[in-house]
Amino acid sequence: MISRDLVIVGGGPAGLAAALAAYENGVKDILLLERDQYLGGILNQCIHPGFGLQYFKAELTGPQYAERFIQKINHIKEIEVSLKSLVVHLTKEKALTYIKPGAMQTLTAKALIMGTGCRERTREMIQIPGTRPAGIFPAGLAQKLINIEGLLPGREVVIIGSGDIGLIMARRFTLEGAQVKAVIEIQKESRGLIRNVVQCLDDFNLPLYLRHKILKIHGKDRVEKVTVAEVDDKLQEIPGTRFELACDTVLISVGLIPENELIEMAGVAMDEKTNSPESSELSTTSIPGLWVCGNAYKIYDVVDGVTRDSAQAGKLAAEYLRNLP
Amino acid sequence: MKLFDVIIIGGGVTGAAMARELSRYKLKIALLEKEVELAFGISKSNSGIIHPGTQNPSLSLKGRLCAQGNQLMRGLAQELGVDFKEVGELIVIFQEEEKARLRSIAQEAEALGVPGLQMVDRPWLRQHEPNLSPDIVAALYAPTAGIISPYRLVYDLAENAMKNGVEIYTAHKVTGIIRPADYFEIQSTGGIFRSRYLINAAGLWGDEIANLVGIQDIVIKPRKGEEYLLDKKLENLTNHLVFPLPTPTSKGIIVIKTSDGNPMIGPTAQDGEDKEDLATTDQGLNQVLASAQKLVPAINRDDIIAYFAGLRAVAGDDFIIRHENQCPGLINVVGIQSPGLTCAPAIALMVIEILRQHGLSLQKKRRFYKNRKPFTHLFALPLGKANKVIQKNAAYGDIVCRCEMISAQEIREAIKRGATTLDGIKFRTRAQAGRCHGGFCTTRIMKIMAEELNLPCSEITKRGPGSEIIKASRENEANDIT
Ligand SMILES: Cc1cc2nc3c(=O)[nH]c(=O)nc-3n(C[C@H](O)[C@H](O)[C@H](O)COP(=O)(O)OP(=O)(O)OC[C@H]3O[C@@H](n4cnc5c(N)ncnc54)[C@H](O)[C@@H]3O)c2cc1C
Repeated sequence: MISRDLVIVGGGPAGLAAALAAYENGVKDILLLERDQYLGGILNQCIHPGFGLQYFKAELTGPQYAERFIQKINHIKEIEVSLKSLVVHLTKEKALTYIKPGAMQTLTAKALIMGTGCRERTREMIQIPGTRPAGIFPAGLAQKLINIEGLLPGREVVIIGSGDIGLIMARRFTLEGAQVKAVIEIQKESRGLIRNVVQCLDDFNLPLYLRHKILKIHGKDRVEKVTVAEVDDKLQEIPGTRFELACDTVLISVGLIPENELIEMAGVAMDEKTNSPESSELSTTSIPGLWVCGNAYKIYDVVDGVTRDSAQAGKLAAEYLRNLP
Repeated sequence: MKLFDVIIIGGGVTGAAMARELSRYKLKIALLEKEVELAFGISKSNSGIIHPGTQNPSLSLKGRLCAQGNQLMRGLAQELGVDFKEVGELIVIFQEEEKARLRSIAQEAEALGVPGLQMVDRPWLRQHEPNLSPDIVAALYAPTAGIISPYRLVYDLAENAMKNGVEIYTAHKVTGIIRPADYFEIQSTGGIFRSRYLINAAGLWGDEIANLVGIQDIVIKPRKGEEYLLDKKLENLTNHLVFPLPTPTSKGIIVIKTSDGNPMIGPTAQDGEDKEDLATTDQGLNQVLASAQKLVPAINRDDIIAYFAGLRAVAGDDFIIRHENQCPGLINVVGIQSPGLTCAPAIALMVIEILRQHGLSLQKKRRFYKNRKPFTHLFALPLGKANKVIQKNAAYGDIVCRCEMISAQEIREAIKRGATTLDGIKFRTRAQAGRCHGGFCTTRIMKIMAEELNLPCSEITKRGPGSEIIKASRENEANDIT
C-alpha cells in the first residue's frame, strides 16, 4: 500500500494552517485532501469582513483570509493538494480511502491531521414541530446560496437561534432587500459575538426576541408562518404569550457540531456530548499520530484561533514524524 | 382521441402495483397522478413494513390480502431489484396474563397461513434482542415480516410498467368524469382522456373521485401517523421489528428497522379532518418517545434526526375494493389504510380478477419485461466494487452528498428515471437525507437539476409548484436581488 508521511484531511483554514506549519517544521511529503472543488472551506462563503483581526492585525473577508494561505500552499511543491477528494474510510492504523472523480485510492498515513470542520445543527435536532415545506434552511446553506450562487432563498425571514451565522445572515438578507421579521433566541442572551449583535441587528433595527421559542412551523408547499411564545426560566412556554409571524423563510442557526464520523469509524475515543475527540492536550486523540484541529476539534468563535491551534497541530505532527524510528 | 382500455387514477403504491401487473396484458393503459411525481401521497410517508399477516382478523379483506401480499412482495422485489429484507417481527408482552392475547393473534395469523410463528421467552429475547426492555416477558415471533423502501418500490413499479407500455401522466389532477357512452371521459388538469375501464386509487381523495360519478357512500377520513427517524449509528438497535400488543385502531408504537438503515419509531394514530395536515406535534413526539422507550429503553430524544407525518385513508374498518354496478366499468380501490403497502401486489391481482369478471379481455403479451435496469447505489456497494464502478464511470467518484455518499452520476440517473424535484431525488437516491439534511449538497443538486432539466435554479422545487427553493436569482433577475 502507498504510504505518505503526512496526510491532512480538509482544506479549510485548519487544514491549510496545519499543512503550512508542518512544512515549515520540516515535513517534505504532505498530501492535503479536500472534498470541495476549491480550498478555503467555509471561508469562501463568508464574504463579510471581520477575519484576521488577531492573526494578521487586519480586517479581511473570509475569502481574503483564505487566499493568504492558499497562495503560499500553491507555491510549495512538497504539499500535494487533491481536490474533490472525499475520504470515506479510515482505520486505526491510519489507512484511509478516498474517492474522487474517476478514482478510489487507499493509502496509509504515518501521521494524520483531521481538519474536517463542522456541520450545522438542524431543525430536526431541536425537533421543531409543524410541517416540512420549502423555505426552511440551515443558516449556512442560505449563506452559500446568496454569496456563492447568487440566489436569494427568501423575502420574509424568521431566524431561529442567534448564533453568529444567524446574525450575519440577518444582515445579509436585509442588504439583499429581504425583510428579517425576527431573530428568536430561547436563552437570555445572544449566543453570538457582541459585535455581531450590534453590527448585524442593532444597526439595522432588526428585532431580537430573547427568551422566546418557536412552537410550530406552518405552510403546505412553502413556509407561511411560525408560532412563537415567550418562555420561563425552565424554557417552558408562558401561557398567553403566543403570537404568529408571517414569513416565507425560516433560517435555523442553533449551533454547530464537529464532523468526526471518520475518526469515530477509526475507533478514536469520543466525547459523545460534543462529538469531538477525547483529548488530553490540544488536538491530540487516543490514536498516536492522529490529530484533530479546527472546528472538528472544538467550535471556535473566530478563525484566528483555528489558525493558531491548527499550526500547532502541524508542528506536533512534524515532531512526531522526526521521532519515528 | 385515443381510447384507453384502463385508466388508473392515483400514482401511489396501489396504482403503481396495478399498472405494473396490468402491463402484462395486451391493453392500452394510462395512470394519472395529480402531483408532479409519483409516490408523493400516502405512499411516501409510512413505516415501510411488509407485514406478515399478524395484525388483522383472518376474515378481513386486509388480513387476507396482507398475508398474500407478503408472499408476493418477495418475487416482485427480486424482479424489480428493490431492497426487500426479511427481518422478522416480535409482538411483545409485559405480563404473563397477556399470553392469551398472543395466542389468539397467532391463531388468526395461522388461519391466514402465516408461516413460522413461534412463541419466544425471556432467554430467547435476551439472546436475540439484547436492547429490549427487561420487563418484557415473552413475544410472538413472526419471521416473515420484512422491510422495504416504500417510495423506491413505487418508482420501480412505475418504471417497469412504463417499460411495458403504460403511459404515466404526472401533474394530471382528475377534475371531472362523465360517461357519455360505454366509455369514461376523464377531465384532468392536463387534458381529457377516454377509457373503457376506470380504477380509482386516489388514496385520501378516493371519496372525491367516487363523488364525481355520483357514488356518495364512500367517506374517507385521514388518520395521522407521526414517525421519528433515529441516527444511522443505531442501525443495530434492534434486530427485528418490535411491536407492542395492538389496540383496536392501531398497531401501536413500533420500533422499526428501515431499508435505509436508520431505525424509526412511531407511528401515532390520530383521527382528524384535514387531508393535508401533515404537521408533527409536540404531543406526538412525546407519545412516540415514551412508548418506544418502554420497548427499548436505550432510545434517546437526541437520537432523532428526522421526522414526518403521514395520513392513512380510512373508510371504515376495512379496504373497499369493488366494481360499481351503478357505474359499469368503475372499480373503486379505496380506504387502503395500513397495511396497504404490503397488500399492493395482492390488490393488483384481485382488481385484475374483478376486471376480468366485468368483461375486460385479458390476453398476455408475448414479451413482458419483468426486470428493471438496476440502479447503482454507491453506498450499498463494498469499497472494492465501488472502486470498479468509479473507474468505469468517473462521475460515480464525484460525490455530491457526503453524509450518504451519493455521487453526481446517481443524481443524474435519478433525473433520467423521472425525478423532477428535490424530494424526488431524495427518495430515489437518499441525497439530502443524511445528518446535515442537505445543508452541504442542496446547491450542487440544484445545479445538476438545472443542467439536466434545462431549467433556471429559480424554478427548482422541493415537491412541485409553490415549493420553489429560491425567491430571486441574480442570473435571471439582475434587478431583483440587489
Ligand atoms: C404513518 C403510516 C404508516 C404506515 N405504515 C405501513 C406499513 O408499515 N406497512 C404497510 O403495509 N402499510 C403502511 N401504511 C399504509 C400504506 O402507506 C398505504 O396503505 C398505502 O401507501 C396507500 O397507497 P395508495 O396508493 O392507496 O395511496 P397514495 O399513496 O396516497 O396514492 C394515491 C395517489 O392518488 C393521487 N390523487 C389523488 N386525487 C387525485 C386526482 N384527483 N387526480 C389524480 N391523482 C389523484 C394522490 O396524489 C396520490 O399520489 C402506513 C400508512 C401511514 C399513514
